[in-house]
Amino acid sequence: MRSVAIIAGGVFRDSIRDRIGYGLVFFSIMLMASSFLLAQLTAGQDVKIIKDLGLAAASAIGLFIAIFFGIGLVTKEVERRSIYSLLSKPVTRTQFVLGKYFGLVLTLLINLSVMAAAFYAVLLYLDMTTLPGAKEAWETPALDPLLLKAFALIGVELMLITATAIFFSTFSSPFLSVALTFAVYIIGHFGEDLKNVNAIVTSTVLPYITKTVYYVMPNLSALDVKSAVVHGLPVSGTSMMLATASSMLYVATLLVGSILIFSRRDLK
Amino acid sequence: MDAVKTEGLTKHYQVGFWRPRPYVALDGLNLTVSKGEVFGFLGPNGAGKTTTLKLLMQLIYPTSGHAEILGSPVGDVAVKRRLGYLPENPYFYDNLTAEELLVYFARMFGCSAKESRERASRLLDEVGIGAERRFQLRKFSKGMVQRVGIAQALINEPEIVFLDEPMSGLDPLGRREVRELILRLRDRGCTVFFSSHVLSDAEALCSRVAILAKGRLAAVGSLDELTAVGSRGWELVIAGVKGDVLTRLKPRITTTTPLGDGRFSLELPPSTIPEQLIPELVSSGARIVSLNPLRGTLEDVFVEQVRATGVDRFSTKVAS
Repeated sequence: MRSVAIIAGGVFRDSIRDRIGYGLVFFSIMLMASSFLLAQLTAGQDVKIIKDLGLAAASAIGLFIAIFFGIGLVTKEVERRSIYSLLSKPVTRTQFVLGKYFGLVLTLLINLSVMAAAFYAVLLYLDMTTLPGAKEAWETPALDPLLLKAFALIGVELMLITATAIFFSTFSSPFLSVALTFAVYIIGHFGEDLKNVNAIVTSTVLPYITKTVYYVMPNLSALDVKSAVVHGLPVSGTSMMLATASSMLYVATLLVGSILIFSRRDLK
Repeated sequence: MDAVKTEGLTKHYQVGFWRPRPYVALDGLNLTVSKGEVFGFLGPNGAGKTTTLKLLMQLIYPTSGHAEILGSPVGDVAVKRRLGYLPENPYFYDNLTAEELLVYFARMFGCSAKESRERASRLLDEVGIGAERRFQLRKFSKGMVQRVGIAQALINEPEIVFLDEPMSGLDPLGRREVRELILRLRDRGCTVFFSSHVLSDAEALCSRVAILAKGRLAAVGSLDELTAVGSRGWELVIAGVKGDVLTRLKPRITTTTPLGDGRFSLELPPSTIPEQLIPELVSSGARIVSLNPLRGTLEDVFVEQVRATGVDRFSTKVAS
């Protein structure tokens, strides 16, 4: 456990000093701030636009970091051979994979917290500069605590995507790993459509294939409550817990798979 | 208990995309290294030296055979606590400083934060990294990274250290410092196993060497054993030769070189015993001017052994 924590700390320190990571978080905050300007052009929809754009920016930037940094965690170590020194220390390959995963998850959650704070700062400014009469047109209050539910589930989604990226990077090239992880993300968000494909096609075989894919792929649409919280629709604690629990089960499966594959791999 | 022991250690790689064939990177290596030795693992590029070290570090898995370090199977976490390893052309995390990297590795051995900092500082002094220790590693030259690599290999005060081409990328001063460091390690009782194709390093440092060629062990022994007196024959200088004695003795002489004034230099192969040849020469009227052993250098042995290895490395069978 100590080795996992030390490796995770190393990943965290290395990634928070990475200029690309800084740039992405800065870009996300700028996007949130610019949404404020965009919102000035619309009447009554300003708070909705800011929330939509802010949550989308946090999710997209997090996704980008999870995929590209997640894949680099293993492939860069192997390609640059920095893993040789690391694995000669009293560290197992299991500890290596877990340390890398938790290090990036820690980085992502801190980045997400920074983006959430910036997001609420923009909304606070909007709230303070908007006349009480104008606020009546808003579907939900600017500083709606429900937004935190969306951020929490974005965090869960990023944990799942990071595990997926690491899983693919243990046996395929970086390019293929990016493509496969992105494919999982896309399919995961269209799970319901896959499940109900028999309603729109006449084929007898295709629905079986799409249903299999639906059950194998993670259900990321269950983690996407961005639209619901922006419109003030209820998001139950039970559904959040169920979605989180199934995602964590998926994360655990992917990590076990990653460890099994990586433990048998020759590091040429 | 041996410091290192390998038995039939073999590694095949599959090469070729359409018709993959097994390529023999290492073929049945049997090797023992005693504790406290400075052991040179020599061979030309592509001989299998790095493959062997990767197998010992369990970075790759053997096709067959097995290896032990300090009496335990390779990969054992308890053994990893007692060894150090410098990979060939090491690379570390760009965004960490040399000091942070060493502290990071020291923590893996259970050192406290204070002890980790102290060890890092002492080792960076020892390998000649000064104020640069607070620079990010991305700003380091190849030689400086090599020095950091040597420092990280020693962070746990290992009982045995494996150095893969430790002099690579170092300037002459750096090479001398690393040689001195290896000798200090030996004096502390640390076993040093280092691979190199620079023979002068091995001659200066090693108590025993192994020569690997095309994945096979071509020779192993102490420098004295490998370059033993008379192992390459003798040089005999004679004068006053009469008659056809040289023609008669030709089958027992490698080369005959006239030196003028009736003197000849005779190169005798190791199979010719000078004590048997000399009476025959003297009885035919020749005078013995000098007799000197032809002592081979490590380079001679190396070139001879490497040239003698004519192995096809594309195996027709794959070990199970």
